[in-house]
Amino acid sequence: MKLHEYQAKELFAKYAIPIQKGVVIDRPEQVDGLALKYPLVLKAQVLVGGRGKAGGIKLAATAGEARRHAATILGMEIKGEKVRRLLVAEAAELGAEYYVAFTVDRAARRMAVITSAAGGIDIEEVARTTPDQIVRGTADPFLGVQSYHTRQLGRRTGLTGSLLSDYVGITTALYRLCVAEDAELAEINPLAVVAGRLLAVDAKVIIDDNAVYRHPSLPKNEELTELEAAARAEGLSYVELEGDLAIIGNGAGLVMSTLDMVAYFGGRPAENMKQAIEIVVRKPGVRGLFINIFGGITRCDDIARGIVDARPPVGMVVRLTGTNEEEGRRILQAAGIHAYIDPEEAAQRAVALASQQ
Amino acid sequence: MSILIGKETRVLVQGITGYQGDFHTARMLEFGTQVVAGVTPGKGGIRLHGVPVFETVAEAIPPTGATAACIFVPARFAKDAALEAIEAQLDPVVVITEGLPVHDVLQIVEFARRQNVRLVGPNCPGLTVPGQCKIGIMPNHLFMPGPVGVISRSGTLTYEIVAALTRQGIGQSTALGLGGDPVVGISFTDALRMFQNDPQTAAMILIGEIGGSAEEEAARFISAHVTKPVVGYIAGRTAPPGKRMGHAGAVISGTEGTAGSKIEALQAAGVKVATLAGEVAGLVREVV
Repeated sequence: MKLHEYQAKELFAKYAIPIQKGVVIDRPEQVDGLALKYPLVLKAQVLVGGRGKAGGIKLAATAGEARRHAATILGMEIKGEKVRRLLVAEAAELGAEYYVAFTVDRAARRMAVITSAAGGIDIEEVARTTPDQIVRGTADPFLGVQSYHTRQLGRRTGLTGSLLSDYVGITTALYRLCVAEDAELAEINPLAVVAGRLLAVDAKVIIDDNAVYRHPSLPKNEELTELEAAARAEGLSYVELEGDLAIIGNGAGLVMSTLDMVAYFGGRPAENMKQAIEIVVRKPGVRGLFINIFGGITRCDDIARGIVDARPPVGMVVRLTGTNEEEGRRILQAAGIHAYIDPEEAAQRAVALASQQ
Repeated sequence: MSILIGKETRVLVQGITGYQGDFHTARMLEFGTQVVAGVTPGKGGIRLHGVPVFETVAEAIPPTGATAACIFVPARFAKDAALEAIEAQLDPVVVITEGLPVHDVLQIVEFARRQNVRLVGPNCPGLTVPGQCKIGIMPNHLFMPGPVGVISRSGTLTYEIVAALTRQGIGQSTALGLGGDPVVGISFTDALRMFQNDPQTAAMILIGEIGGSAEEEAARFISAHVTKPVVGYIAGRTAPPGKRMGHAGAVISGTEGTAGSKIEALQAAGVKVATLAGEVAGLVREVV
């Protein structure tokens, strides 16, 4: 679950990572009477990247300018995401810009730290063009990240004196935040020198979806569509796609492979069983439903009961095999529903069904 | 021969009295697995399907001679269960549970590494040696003994592909589900090394999916160290970037983790990669 910049900065404040003074507003007139010194920077709070290029970040020297910018940015769409909130902060004169982030390194099976003296720009670009500017390390989950680790990182990044000491405090705290708040990514870019001190000018935090239950005070997840949120509430994993055929399957690999198979045969797929059916058929434009089940931990008889209960309002093709398969087929047959065994035959039938209607 | 487990493996099931633990313990016993002990805190002293249940792993091992663990414990208690099994030196430790926080998994993986215990999963279907031993939740009737080693990030796709192999009369040496999380214990590379060294295995199937770079690492390992033929399949050719496709680990981030990059890397390493899952068995037939 991705956090907005202002939400990430609230977490930073909790871990004593220095941030710029700022206020979140959702109406342009709230710019008036803010206890902030001009010039100000107004930043659109969206979860998609590239908001600066899209005109979502503006500087304002006067109150009139701030109001005008606020009115423009609030309500604009950035890559399809509507801007509902603005973070207004005191625009600081930025000196040197650094980069630091902790992220799950899937290959090393540890948290990795990535840091660089070339901050303020896209770090993947830095990694491509000047890889020697990037310093990496990994954290032992039992030892954690100690000050001596971050002091070494800071030295390798070229820091000295009081900036090094700021860096050690900030980077050590950032790791502590990751573990305590279950972040899979925590990034500061840029970590900039402002009036001789290091300051987190931007903030990106992604909380591990599997750990959300440990953090009841987290804000609502704004990344999910309405149907995706409804599915999650039922414990289902649903991805909204563009197309006219809804797919339900047990197991992520089987569903992905079913999507690939449907595309291969020329269809366009759009994705307990009862709840899943009710959710997927709510998507406008869905004209057919393809259920592909290979029961392992999932039992075919449970699935069959769900299908019979839900009675989907669109044409349906069912492929059912695996654990308790005979019982499942018997239940479907009693309700007049044919179940295929061969997945490719079923996929072709489903594609034909969606294109007929 | 087989990898990781065999006829002699004595399995301890953690979370044996839960809905899944209870059901799948019965299926493992039907398969012929020696399930010798169960552990559920608060339920010690009872028997389930004839298997004695204990309060702790430490109490369960001496009277039962358990050698391996299978974990069905719910996600919020699964870290504790896995660390308990690893400290007791059960090997392998197989974590079926889905939904573990990644920071919990990082600790489990690190502790297994230190204790020299082989960890399978989490969020995996377990592993099966046809005719000998099954740990986990794979359906019993799919398998037949034979020369093909199967390694997969997906449970259901493993069933699909194993069923097709068996229909064509091609048996399996071991089928191993690695798990669908971003961080898991045994990797493709570890499993390829074990199959390469296993005399019963004549060919391997690698079933990958979008997300991460484990397939690319496997391709490098195959180029350098694998002499047996490998057939591949990658799920998620049509998956959109940035969306988690059901598995926590199945997500294309930026340009990393696409099906295209994995297929290209595997093909460059000499792996025959199927377009549809249904074609895998046919490609295997050509090489064994």
